[in-house]
Amino acid sequence: MKLPRLSPAWTPYVLLSPFVVLFLVFGMFPLAFSLYLAFQTWEPTSGLGTMQFVGFENFVFSLQDEWFWKSLKNTAWLAVASGVPQHLVAIPLAVFIHTSFKRLRNGVVGAYFLPYITSTVAIAIMFSSLFSTDYGVVNTMLAKLFGNEPIDWLGAPENIKPAIAMIVFWRYLGFNVVLYLAALQTIPKDLYEAATMDGAGRLQQFFHITLPSLKPMMFFGVTLSVIGGLQLFEEPFILTGGRGGSDQSGMTTAIYLYRMAFDFNDFGAASAMSWLLFIVVVVLTLLTNRAFKPKGAGG
Amino acid sequence: MHPPPVPPFVPPFVPPLVSPLAPITRRRATQALAGLALAPGPGLGVRAANPPTVLTVAAFPAVDKIVEAAAPAWNKLHPGVALKVVSRQFADHHTAMTTALSTSFYLPDVMALEVGYVGRFAQGGGLENLAQPPYDIRRFEQQYVPYALRQATGRSGAIVAAPTDIGPGTLLVRTDILAKAGVSDAEMTRSWESYVAAGVKIKQVTGAYLLAHARDIKDIAIRTGIQPGEGLYFDKDSQVLVASPRFVRAFELARQVRKNKLDAKVSAWSNEWSEAFKRGTLVTQLSGAWLAGHLSNWLAPSTKGKWRALQLPEGSFAAYGGTFFAIARGAPVANKLLAWDLIQLLTLNRELQLAAFKSQDAFPALVSTYDDPFFEQPLPFLGGQPARAMWREATRHIQAVAVHKQDAFAGEVIDTELDKVLDHGKDVAVALADAARLLAKRAKR
Repeated sequence: MKLPRLSPAWTPYVLLSPFVVLFLVFGMFPLAFSLYLAFQTWEPTSGLGTMQFVGFENFVFSLQDEWFWKSLKNTAWLAVASGVPQHLVAIPLAVFIHTSFKRLRNGVVGAYFLPYITSTVAIAIMFSSLFSTDYGVVNTMLAKLFGNEPIDWLGAPENIKPAIAMIVFWRYLGFNVVLYLAALQTIPKDLYEAATMDGAGRLQQFFHITLPSLKPMMFFGVTLSVIGGLQLFEEPFILTGGRGGSDQSGMTTAIYLYRMAFDFNDFGAASAMSWLLFIVVVVLTLLTNRAFKPKGAGG
Repeated sequence: MHPPPVPPFVPPFVPPLVSPLAPITRRRATQALAGLALAPGPGLGVRAANPPTVLTVAAFPAVDKIVEAAAPAWNKLHPGVALKVVSRQFADHHTAMTTALSTSFYLPDVMALEVGYVGRFAQGGGLENLAQPPYDIRRFEQQYVPYALRQATGRSGAIVAAPTDIGPGTLLVRTDILAKAGVSDAEMTRSWESYVAAGVKIKQVTGAYLLAHARDIKDIAIRTGIQPGEGLYFDKDSQVLVASPRFVRAFELARQVRKNKLDAKVSAWSNEWSEAFKRGTLVTQLSGAWLAGHLSNWLAPSTKGKWRALQLPEGSFAAYGGTFFAIARGAPVANKLLAWDLIQLLTLNRELQLAAFKSQDAFPALVSTYDDPFFEQPLPFLGGQPARAMWREATRHIQAVAVHKQDAFAGEVIDTELDKVLDHGKDVAVALADAARLLAKRAKR
């Protein structure tokens, strides 16, 4: 039997269809279902038919929930503490690699990029052992260098946040280095030559040529860091054993809404919280946009 | 779960055997028909070589091994039905069951559930009520340990699961270290206060810690003195109970433990915890009887012979864990009946329950096993103590505690407040009042 032939006008749609289908099934449907679920109350193990419409009750509950605000504070702290150093260190590091390494460049960049492509779960498990209070390498090294008492990294609430921030920083540093290296290559060399001829030193060249030229890439990188930081889930989840740590100090909003759904069986409130988090991400992204977009570039 | 192959004919109309609650899909109709086709009788026109139906059991280690070990007995009962065990890790399994129950897809025929989740799932309507016909589990009520069946009973009287193994609570102690410190068993178990006082003596003489975390003593102490009809954190009207005297006492005891530096501040199952057992820096552990098996197998096998089991202090009796088998309401009816047969086999068959006890250390919930000489046997890890007889005695006194939907959250809140009391010196009354305030907001959700 001959297969019916599609006219060539269908080609683009056919070629796009794998992505579109996957996106609709795994992207759009969960989004839509989550939005629908945010307005229902649902005890999941009773089955799909037991959902009841409750309007904005889940949103009101979330906004009044102490733990939701606690999780937002934790998330903000972690996003800033892990995000800011990423960029502060990545820019000088990228400049250094750009100017100093010729043959070893790819190897060095690869070494920094490796954490980004390693499984988060593997990293978190490994760091759990490294940060172990009595038997971890970190405490052993600190004791050798500074002779202090072993720090309870993963047990004490005030230490969990820095531990998580360190891991996230380590993980995404390489990614930002790659971004900035790519941007550095677009800066014309004659700018630097002209500056050298005018007597500008290395530092002056960095602040007056390199940094302004990197602004578009900074905008891109910071936006990614903001969004990624606000959605932080995997590293704190593994490090705190899925519970958020002592006094919920490692509990980001993503972890809290996951726990609301699967540990506390409240899918409606979990969905409402995820949409509230979305609003926060949108607002902050718009603010980042305002801060970085070049003025007079059409907004 | 794989649907069986379609028999050669499929009538267009769905036979009434399919439960009205399950979505009427072609898949379920053919499953029901396959169930019909299995029944011996004049041929319905099916092919001679009808493939066996498969009964899917979802479980976690080591329940999966127990079910697999029951396969020969099952095959004698239902030779045409194969047992398929789907095993996942503990947390993943329960998440998968939550998802399966919520969407009615990939539901197993029989699901193993740990006691904590039974309570949660009992609040919803996703599990089959075994008190109703055709199951009528109440006929077997006398055969199960009473508190275990009550743990699976919801507020409306529906029994949603059958108990297969239980975890009677016990106090495991290092007798050699107790002897060195000059502390007697009676001192350890007379009352919670004497337990703590014994810990002070042990710390002074040997430097070893009494327990893993002050939280452990709080966990047990809040379970003593529960009034009938009360849950752990909420009563039957969803009133918050965390300001009651048993919580105050539990917090005070934990504070004493921390003040005297009697706890090692390690969490159960962490590396530090197992190291502490190996090195002998942890003298007691309040836990289920099954911990003796873990200690002997992998936690601290080199300490064999140095441990003893005692009853919990102050005549408290509590259950730590326990496994149940349940049937999902969304499963096809023919499978449900087979599932019920399997559950009866696993939970009411004396030989299988004893076999599970002997091979996997699963303390039986079936009372008729309790006269077996296995219970009087000495346990070499506990220095030859016939501890099973003692644990058997404990099962008679354990009370079931009513479950509330927000119990998991309440547990977190109380743990957090306890951490603040222990680490930052927060006042006990203020901490409990804060916890009560937070729980009151969610009690009725």
